[in-house]
Amino acid sequence: MRLRASWAVILAAALLVGLLAYGVASRQADTSIDDAIAAGERVDAPTARLPRLGRPGQGSLADYRGKVVVLNFWASWCKPCTEELPLLERTHRSISGRGALVLGANYQDVSTSALGFVRRFKLTYPSLRDRDGEFADRYGSRAFPETFMIDRRGRIAASRRGPVDQRWLDRTLPPLLGEPA
Amino acid sequence: MKALLLVIAVLAAGGPASLPDIEDEVMCVECGTALNVSNSAVADQERAFIRRQIALGKDKEEVKAALVEEFGPGVLAEPEERGFSLAAYVVPAGLGLVALAGLLVAARRWRRRPAAPEPEPEPLADADARRLDAELAAYDRR
Repeated sequence: MRLRASWAVILAAALLVGLLAYGVASRQADTSIDDAIAAGERVDAPTARLPRLGRPGQGSLADYRGKVVVLNFWASWCKPCTEELPLLERTHRSISGRGALVLGANYQDVSTSALGFVRRFKLTYPSLRDRDGEFADRYGSRAFPETFMIDRRGRIAASRRGPVDQRWLDRTLPPLLGEPA
Repeated sequence: MKALLLVIAVLAAGGPASLPDIEDEVMCVECGTALNVSNSAVADQERAFIRRQIALGKDKEEVKAALVEEFGPGVLAEPEERGFSLAAYVVPAGLGLVALAGLLVAARRWRRRPAAPEPEPEPLADADARRLDAELAAYDRR
């Protein structure tokens, strides 16, 4: 009987350790997108139907299939995010006539504060509200800001984990703009 | 008495909201720590949001509901009822059930155990028996 009790305690301890290990592993950021890009592959971009920031109704990345999308995750309290907004707006204006656009995904943010920055920088590109960051999690999001280049077939072609600059945009955007839908 | 009833009514309605009372029950959504121990930019933004909600006259539960509306259910400092966070509910309940089962088994075993027989008294040594007889005889003679 004592032997059986010992096995039960060992089993319970092993289950708890397994649960802890699973918990730690499940909290780590998903690197599958980065791994695929590093291997020169393109993976399907996750999509989700989300409320539009400052506009009624909902929108999704899937609505822009056939267009090149510069998907930018941002928040108004994140200084590097707000610093790159003018560059993203300029980029949007320059590509919007070529079957491409910038799409913002605002998350972990107060909507009124985010809208304040939209007005301040006169942003004309749309933003979605990913209020709890669940959509960002599916991109293996680790920090703010992060930007993904989505090709016309809805696949992730490039990613930038950190602020974008003109050089990165110049390197990644033109090849995608030249691809057929 | 009326004042006491008024106080009870206010408390039952959730009570007046205050930042210290709320910020230890919500999370800094970016840092993953309780808001009252966070000093990040997003924490400051959340605190400003809470102050604005309080200024609008909302009570504690209404402020928390507004926070959930803005940041999602993860802003509340309680585990989500899905995914790995479910373990926070399931594991304690499971451990409680195991402990209860253990107590029941132990109680049943304890009840089934036969009562130990009374130990037989050891026989007196000869000298003690003689002395006892003598003392009893002396007692009878009184």
